[in-house]
Amino acid sequence: MPDATKTAPAPEDAEAPLVGPSVDVKAEKARSLWGDAWLELRRNWYFIISAALIVLLLVIAIVPSLFTSASPTVGDLAHHFLGKPELSKVGSPEWLGYDGQGRSVYARVIYGTRASVIVGISVTLLVTVFGGLIGMVAGYFGGWVDALLSGFTNIFLGLPFLLGAMVVLQAFTERTVLVVIFALAFLGWTQIARVTRGAVITVKQADFVQAARALGAGTNRILFRHILPNVLAPVIVVATISLGVYISAEATLSYLGLGLASPTVSWGMDISGGASQIRVAQHILIYPSIMLSITVLAFIMLGEAVRNALDPKTR
Amino acid sequence: MGRYVVRRLLQMIPVFLGTTLLIFLMVYALPGDPVRGLFGDKGADPATLEAMRHKLGLDQPILVQYWEYMKGIVVHFDFGTQIASGRPVTDVLGDAFPVTLRLAGMAFVLEIVLGIGLGVWAGLRAGRLTDNAVLIFTLLIISIPVFVLGFIVKSVFAFQLDWISPNVSNDATWSELIAPAVVLGSLSLAYVARLTRTTMAENLRADYMRTAVAKGLPKRRIVGVHLMRNSLIPVITFLGTDLGALMGGAIVTEGLFNVKGVGGTIFESIVRREGTTLVGLVTVLVIVYLFMSLIVDLLYAVLDPRIRYA
Repeated sequence: MPDATKTAPAPEDAEAPLVGPSVDVKAEKARSLWGDAWLELRRNWYFIISAALIVLLLVIAIVPSLFTSASPTVGDLAHHFLGKPELSKVGSPEWLGYDGQGRSVYARVIYGTRASVIVGISVTLLVTVFGGLIGMVAGYFGGWVDALLSGFTNIFLGLPFLLGAMVVLQAFTERTVLVVIFALAFLGWTQIARVTRGAVITVKQADFVQAARALGAGTNRILFRHILPNVLAPVIVVATISLGVYISAEATLSYLGLGLASPTVSWGMDISGGASQIRVAQHILIYPSIMLSITVLAFIMLGEAVRNALDPKTR
Repeated sequence: MGRYVVRRLLQMIPVFLGTTLLIFLMVYALPGDPVRGLFGDKGADPATLEAMRHKLGLDQPILVQYWEYMKGIVVHFDFGTQIASGRPVTDVLGDAFPVTLRLAGMAFVLEIVLGIGLGVWAGLRAGRLTDNAVLIFTLLIISIPVFVLGFIVKSVFAFQLDWISPNVSNDATWSELIAPAVVLGSLSLAYVARLTRTTMAENLRADYMRTAVAKGLPKRRIVGVHLMRNSLIPVITFLGTDLGALMGGAIVTEGLFNVKGVGGTIFESIVRREGTTLVGLVTVLVIVYLFMSLIVDLLYAVLDPRIRYA
């Protein structure tokens, strides 16, 4: 972090957009960061590819029945382990073969999208709001409030993420999507809290914050109208990148048998089911894995693109 | 320096107590009863259950249990007793930790050597083909979840090429641990490579670099001393917290390759609701994490003379 006592950063300063004078989000300076970022994004092929993939994934998650007529939960044991993928059968239930219970692997791959996408997006939103609030309060008030909240953050940081999530999930007998979201958010908010706290500490020394205070602005007004818009950029970057990580974490937990449970369709669960048949029926394992990796890739690429757009240092 | 270390060690105490208390509370909030679990479906006489609970101290209020547990660790280095086997947890830890430490250590070395190597290689060629190849390669590695990567490695190298055995034997020799270590370390390797690459590419444009070039210093010195020393701080920060994460994250990798280490023990104790074992394991992981972050802070001062600890 640059030194916090810096005043009135020059326009060419690398951190300028983060601490730049912005009294109103809609004012010239503030908009130029987001406007710039948008221009930068549109020219970035990472963004174009990932945005296209994410739109497709969202459509699949919202209306999976558009893509397959087969049901992911109805199996016909006559099809047990059947099938070699054939190009001529693209889109039909037998395209990617059947799993051990005779369910269409293609249908399960399609229907599994919803759980992953919902978990990823909800955890990221929860974590950003909660971690952001903690970080803002800690960074802004400083003193014992900061000591307390930072200590709290450090305690959660010391706990290994996956392990903690496993213990939380083990406490629930019925592991629905909501429960998994709660478990991941419960342990995931620390990173955002740290990033926000650091950014707030840098911004709160800026002249425009002092000016607002001198003009008699209240704490809420300073926090949400003056400081928040200026710490949003680093927070958004961290949040977008972590979205892919949460999707991966959900799949890992479901793979371990501690995440989502049937009848929810989840790629992690399917991969775990395919793992025992890895030598005889690899297709059960391969297709959910590919779909999962593509989804994580799409969100991580989006995060990269957003980072490049919002962090002028990388230009 | 000495005073700084002492201060940091003292600051660790509340974090250590907080994290262990948190995991303690989480484990004890779990439904189910490890004592009743010992007797299976048949169940046991309530008096027997009560006596066992009393013997294990499970009938005490939770904070008292926590206090007793911490006292045991600090005073007698006693991490409690594993309920299912009746063995002291220190024995269980002694069995599980060496393997995991070796596995995580190998992954860590791999991550440092290959990660920083790839990062430097790409960073010096920022914007060119090599750079883009490294960026895309690492992006792919980051996107593939560890267990999927494990299956890829297993099916390609064990089942198709027959170079490695799909499961690690009980001896867990160094050569057997190579494949699991690659799988375990790959994600962090990719992060380290990207981080190194970014900071290198940024610092290449720094004033001190231009000065060094203008002074006519040999390229090896410019890159090896001036550039590396300035670029490694964020990388060291990442690496410092990562060894602990590798040990905790070995759950999946160890399961995949059948390594008898901490991961398997953690998984088992979570599923069996074995509070004492789990808390003991996590306590050790937390200590590793805290000490690594102390070492990182001390390394900052070595890398950047502007950072001084009074």
